Amino acid sequence: MARRVSNRRKTLVTIVAWAVGIAIFFPILWTILTSFKTEAEAIASPPKFLFFDWTLENYAEVNSRSNYFLHFMNSVIISVGSTLLGLAIAIPAAWSMAFVPGKRTKDVLMWMLSTKMLPPVGVLIPIYLLFRDSGLLDTRLGLVIVLTLINLPIIVWMLFTYFKEIPGEILEAARMDGAGLWEEVVHVLTPMAVPGIASTLLLNIILAWNEAFWTLNLTAAKAAPLTAFIASYSSPEGLFYAKLSAASTLAIAPILVLGWFSQKQLVRGLTFGAVK
Amino acid sequence: MGKISLKNVTKAFGEAMVIPSLDLEIEDGEFVVFVGPSGCGKSTLLRLIAGLEDVTSGVIEIDGRDATEVPPARRGLAMVFQSYALYPHMSVRKNIAFPLKMAKMDAAEQERRVTSAAKILNLTDYLDRRPGQLSGGQRQRVAIGRAIVREPAAFLFDEPLSNLDAALRVNMRLEISELHQSLATTMIYVTHDQVEAMTMADKIVVLHAGRIEQVGSPLDLYRSPANRFVAGFIGSPKMNFISGAEAGKHGAHTIGIRPEHLALSTTEGAWQGKVAVAEHLGSDTFLYVNVNGMDPLTVRTQGEAGIHHGDTVYISPDAEHLHRFDASGKTI
Amino acid sequence: MATAHSRVAARFMISPAVLLLLGWMIVPLSMTIYFSFLSYNLLMPGMEEFIGFTNYRFFLTDPAFFAALANTLLLVGGVLVITIVGGTALALLLDQPFWGQGIVRILVIAPFFVMPTVSALVWKNMFMNPVNGLFAHLAKAIGLEPFDFLAHAPLASIILIVAWQWLPFATLILLTALQSLDQEQLEASEMDGANFGNRFIYIVLPHMARAITVVVLIQTIFLLSVFAEILVTTNGGPGYASTNITYLVYAQSLLQFDVGGGSAGGIVAVILANIVAVFLMRMIGKNLEA
Repeated sequence: MARRVSNRRKTLVTIVAWAVGIAIFFPILWTILTSFKTEAEAIASPPKFLFFDWTLENYAEVNSRSNYFLHFMNSVIISVGSTLLGLAIAIPAAWSMAFVPGKRTKDVLMWMLSTKMLPPVGVLIPIYLLFRDSGLLDTRLGLVIVLTLINLPIIVWMLFTYFKEIPGEILEAARMDGAGLWEEVVHVLTPMAVPGIASTLLLNIILAWNEAFWTLNLTAAKAAPLTAFIASYSSPEGLFYAKLSAASTLAIAPILVLGWFSQKQLVRGLTFGAVK
Repeated sequence: MGKISLKNVTKAFGEAMVIPSLDLEIEDGEFVVFVGPSGCGKSTLLRLIAGLEDVTSGVIEIDGRDATEVPPARRGLAMVFQSYALYPHMSVRKNIAFPLKMAKMDAAEQERRVTSAAKILNLTDYLDRRPGQLSGGQRQRVAIGRAIVREPAAFLFDEPLSNLDAALRVNMRLEISELHQSLATTMIYVTHDQVEAMTMADKIVVLHAGRIEQVGSPLDLYRSPANRFVAGFIGSPKMNFISGAEAGKHGAHTIGIRPEHLALSTTEGAWQGKVAVAEHLGSDTFLYVNVNGMDPLTVRTQGEAGIHHGDTVYISPDAEHLHRFDASGKTI
Repeated sequence: MATAHSRVAARFMISPAVLLLLGWMIVPLSMTIYFSFLSYNLLMPGMEEFIGFTNYRFFLTDPAFFAALANTLLLVGGVLVITIVGGTALALLLDQPFWGQGIVRILVIAPFFVMPTVSALVWKNMFMNPVNGLFAHLAKAIGLEPFDFLAHAPLASIILIVAWQWLPFATLILLTALQSLDQEQLEASEMDGANFGNRFIYIVLPHMARAITVVVLIQTIFLLSVFAEILVTTNGGPGYASTNITYLVYAQSLLQFDVGGGSAGGIVAVILANIVAVFLMRMIGKNLEA
C-alpha cells in the first residue's frame, strides 16, 4: 500500500535514519579510515577524520610481518570446508524430511536444533582432550570437523525450510511426466533448490568465518584463522592502531560483502524459519 | 485406449482407513467425475490411480493389465494438478516438452507436438515465457498442454479449476469439455463442485467417507438418487428434506423435494408459510420459507415472482418428484 | 504422501546427519559428566579419582561462581534490553519511507558481520582506550577527564560492545516482522479511530510479539556463551568483575587445568542453557505445525 507521505516528513525521517545508520556503522568506518593512516596520525589528537596522508603501508606491513595470508587461507579453508561438508551431510537429510515426512520427522528436527543449544563450554574439555590425543589440535581438519558439527543443525533447518517451500505436487508432476529419481533430482529439484542452497551456503560461511569460541580454543598458530590471529593483537600490538585497523579491515571485508548479499536469508536462517 | 478398473481397492494411512474396499470400472473414452465433500477420499482415489500412492490392498488394472505395482511414470497417464505444478524455472515450451524429453523423444518430434498443443490451447505467443509471467488461466492451459503432448491413455484432473475466478472457471470448464470431445480420451476429474460434475461428466461417481454412494449419469443421479446423501449433494439449490408426520403420510422416514418441484401460490396449497428471504435473480427467484413444524423450505420459481420478505405463501409438492427415504437414508 | 520405496530411501538419507549429531552430543557430554565427578588436573596426570559431587560443591559455593552468574545475567539482560528496545525503535524508523533506505539498512546491519575478536579489539583500543581512544579525545575536547571504561566499568563496556554486535540482528528480524504486518489491519484500526500510539500498542506490538520472543530466545542462547569479547578485552577482570560462566569454565579448565572442576561448571552451564532452550523449542515447534 503506497501511501502518500509529505516530503517534509520524508526529509526529516531521511535525516534521522541516516544519522542513526552512520552512527551504528561508525566503528567500522573508523577502522577502515584508520587503516589508511600512519601510526602517528592514527593516534593524533584531535583525531583526523578524512584529511590525512592516505597510505597503504599498514597493509604491506601486516602482510609481510605476520604471515597474514596463512591465517586468511585458514579462515577460507575452515569456513568453506565446514560449510561444504555440512551441506553434503545436510542436503539428503533435509530433502528426505521435507518430502517424505514421517511421524517422527518433527521430533528429529527439534532434537537436531536442541544440539545447537548445547553451550560449547559444556563439551570444551572432552573435545580439547580428544583433539589433543588424536593430534587434531591446531589443525584445519580439526576445526572443519567441529564447525561442521556445530553448524549442521542450522544447515539442516535452513535447507528444510527452503525445501518445504518447493511444492510436493511439482515433484509428483515430474514423476507423472516420466522422470525417474535421477531426472527428478537433476531437472526439477536441483534447479528449484539452488537458491535455497546458495543462501544456506552463504550464511554458514559467514557464521563459520566469525566463529570465535572453538577457533580460539583449539588453535595456536599453524591453523589459526583470522579470529584467532586478530585476538593475538590484543596487546601490545593492539596499540599500533593503524596496523590493527588494516588487519581488521582485511578480516571483515569479505564477510561484510557476503553478508550484505545474504541479509534476507539471515533472518530466516538464524530464526530457524520462525520469522520470514 | 484407457479402460481402468479398480478391484477391491483399499487405502489406509496408518490406522485410518481412508478407502474401504472399493470397485469401479471406467470405460475407454469416458469423462468420469469423482465428486464429494472435502475429505471424502476422492483425491486419494485419483492418486491411487496415478500411482502417487500405494494401494493398501486390491488391484488396479489399466487396459486389462495389472498396474498396481507399476510406477506412475509408466502407467501412461497424465495428470493436471490443483496448483498446476508447473516447473517455475522452465519456459512454457520446456514445461510442455518435459514429459517428451523424459521419454527421450527426438527433438523434431518434441517441437512438433509442443507447437500443435500450443495451438490447440492458444499458448503459441507465450511459449518462451516463464510460468510466473502467466495468468491463472494461462498456467492452467500450460498444465493441460503438458498432459496432452504425451498422448496418454487417460487424463487425471485434480480439482484443476479451484484456483480460478468464477468467470474463468466457466470458460475452462467449456475448454476441457471441448478437449474431451476432440481427443476422445478417458478423463478422470476430481472436484467438490457438483456443478462441474453435472456439466462435464459422462459418468459421476459420488464419494462419501471413502465409499462410493452412487455411480451414474448426471441426470440419473438427479432423477433417482440412491440415497439421501446423493440427493442432497446433487442439485442446486439443495433438496429440501422433511421428516416426521409429513413424511409419515408418504410412508417414509424422510421425504425429499427439490426447490424446483415445489409449486408456489399466494392463495392456496398444501403448506402455508412466511417468506424469510427472497432472492431475485431475474431468471429465477429463490424463496426461503418458514413453514410451521418443518425446517425452512427453499422454493425456486421461474422468472420474477413479485414476492417479498414477510409475504404469506402456499406451497405444494409435486408428487411425481417426491423422493422417499427410509431411516437409514436409503431411497425407497 | 509417499510410497514405501521412498520412505526407506528417506531413512537412509537422514541417518548420517542424525548419527553425527548424536555422536557429537552424547560422546563429549557424557565425558564431561564423567570428568565432573573426578578429581582430575592436567598438571597431575595419573592422579584421577572419583570424588562424587565434590567438584559441584566447590564450583557452586565458589564466590567466583556467584560473581560469574550475576555477570552472566547482567550481560544477557543488558544486551537484551538494549537490542530489543533499540531494535524496535530502529525497525520502526527503517520501515518509514525515506531516501536511501537500502543503503541505511546495509549500514545498520553491518556490525553483525564483524567477527567478535575484531569488534572487541576495535572498541577496546580505538574507542575505549583512556589515552588514545576516540572517547578519550571526545572527553578532552569538552573538558572532561577521560574515563578508563574497561578498568572501571568492565562489564558495562562489554555489554556495550556485545549490544552493538547484536543490535543489527534484532533490528533485522523485527523489521522483517514489521513488514509482514497486513497494511489493511492498520488501515482498519485507523478507521476505528486508533491514533499512532494506540496502533503501536494494540496492533503493531502484538504482531511483533512472536518475533520479539524469537529474538530474546535466540540471543539468549548466544549471549550465554559470550567468550571472545571477554577474552580479548578484560580477560574476565579486574578480579571477576567481567567473568561470565562461560569464561569461568574456560579459565578453570584451560588456564588452571582443573578438568574436574571445569567439567562441573560446564554441566552447570548446560543446565542453565537448557532452561532457555525449552522455551525456544516450544516456540519453534509451534511454528512447525503452522
